[in-house]
Amino acid sequence: MYNLTVAELVKGLQSKAFSSVELTQHFLDRIASLNPDYNAVITVTADQALKAAAEADKRLAAGNAPALCGVPILHKDIFCTNGVRTSCGSKMLDNFIPPYNATVVENFEQAGAVVLGKTNMDEFAMGSSNETSFYGPVKNPWATDSVPGGSSGGSAAAIAARLAPAATATDTGGSIRQPAALCGITGLKPTYGRVSRWGMIAFASSLDQAGPMARTAEDCALLLNCMASVDDKDSTNIDHKIDDYSASLNNPVKGLKIGVPKEYFSEGLNPGTEKVVRQALAELEAQGAELIDISLPNSGLSVPAYYVIAPAEASANLSRFDGVRYGYRCENPKDLQDMYSRTRAEGFGEEVQRRILIGTYCLSAGYYDAYYGKAQQVRQLIRQDFAQAFKQVDVILGPTCPSPAFKFGSKGDDPVAMYLEDIYTIATNLAGLPGMSVPCGMVDDKPVGLQIIGNYFEESLMLNVAHQYQQVTDWHSAAPEGIA
Amino acid sequence: MNIERQEIEKLATLARIAIDESTIAEVTERLDSVLGLVDQLQAAETSGVEAVSHPMQGTQRLRDDEVSEINQREALQAIAPDTEEGLFLVPKVIE
Repeated sequence: MYNLTVAELVKGLQSKAFSSVELTQHFLDRIASLNPDYNAVITVTADQALKAAAEADKRLAAGNAPALCGVPILHKDIFCTNGVRTSCGSKMLDNFIPPYNATVVENFEQAGAVVLGKTNMDEFAMGSSNETSFYGPVKNPWATDSVPGGSSGGSAAAIAARLAPAATATDTGGSIRQPAALCGITGLKPTYGRVSRWGMIAFASSLDQAGPMARTAEDCALLLNCMASVDDKDSTNIDHKIDDYSASLNNPVKGLKIGVPKEYFSEGLNPGTEKVVRQALAELEAQGAELIDISLPNSGLSVPAYYVIAPAEASANLSRFDGVRYGYRCENPKDLQDMYSRTRAEGFGEEVQRRILIGTYCLSAGYYDAYYGKAQQVRQLIRQDFAQAFKQVDVILGPTCPSPAFKFGSKGDDPVAMYLEDIYTIATNLAGLPGMSVPCGMVDDKPVGLQIIGNYFEESLMLNVAHQYQQVTDWHSAAPEGIA
Repeated sequence: MNIERQEIEKLATLARIAIDESTIAEVTERLDSVLGLVDQLQAAETSGVEAVSHPMQGTQRLRDDEVSEINQREALQAIAPDTEEGLFLVPKVIE
């Protein structure tokens, strides 16, 4: 059962080929036996899952089951779950049990999904390797000496290891697409504002966006149908018509104009990755799509702009963790200042502290215009590059990451080496555009991701392109050794 | 880019993060590295370019001014480090 897609599981449940209780127990057993090898799941909610599965089976029997009724999923531990610890990968929230559900969690509950547990992640979603988690790193199921990517590395690794057919994830600078690429699965970051951020622990509010991870584009469409919503509780959520993301999967790609940005195929791209990505482009060309060379001239400024904007917003967002209302508090504070300073020094890990300090620096008196103001202007330039490109093309394709999964510790002590991992993914967050990653081959026995960038609210078209690609290739069904 | 020690101390105070004396050199070196990266922005030609704050150039939606949340004080305070009679407790601020 663990090799079935969400679409197949929905059919199997509805035709009573198996029950949700059987399916849920099957995945709980897999998590119990395999998760110690990967550390992808940090909280298992077995009792609640089996209870929800029994409830789902009743609804399936009664014939009034909602879309994902009885399908087991995992939530990234950044989404608040009522009564279930939500740590965000941090010691700061190791004891935090939210009294409410995030809108995304609520949406899956409405759709009848069964939650198996919560997935590991980089602390406060700050990282590209899962090495910053308080709970220890997640291991890549394709090569356990290598990183799964981050920050949604737990969700990606869990799907690759078939511990769950699907999971939720979030993406601020590449945190859905990069781990999807490194773990050989499919992941989609929607347009900014498409999915509610309510109850999703904030990192950089103008960049954060939640999205689905699964093995196929068809499954991501099913999940996005459930995740996308117009929500008054998130004032930056956008009131825009929600598509049926499954409806156009089968459209032919003949005549589709695909932009190929030269800046995404330049110095720094692993030659093996380039070869595999170009083969994927040729595959779509063979189906009748047209490849058009384009330029995104300000691409090189996206990482520097991001490392002003994201830390600046993080320094403001994370000021709420002060040891007063919830979460960690240091022992024996001598006064209020001491309590704040030691709670935050002890509760946050090194990378999170670094980003708070950078953000504080960029926002401090005398530096604001030179850093934050400048970065927001550069953001406009990056936005305009894409707007110009989308006058010519329907989608933009390229590599998701510069190279396949790297080994633990290999980025050394310089934080900038790690930051450059997101060089191809960050620009879409700055522009608010949707992006996805689809498995498109292997280099050194590790998966490579093809990135698909769409125009605003064009998730249906991106899923269509990805699905058509997956009809003529089978990289998405490849499994790590010993898994299937 | 070279951050001065005094600046690190000021940042630590502003951010309310205690930095241990023994790690100041390391923290400074790594912050310098990141600031070196972000200083690449200074080369960008941005005169007359309008800054972006919402990626979609959107404005925040307004909702009706109605009570939508119920009082959950007990549930919310049950997870607090220290409370008394419905109040959050912190170390004494006034002698």
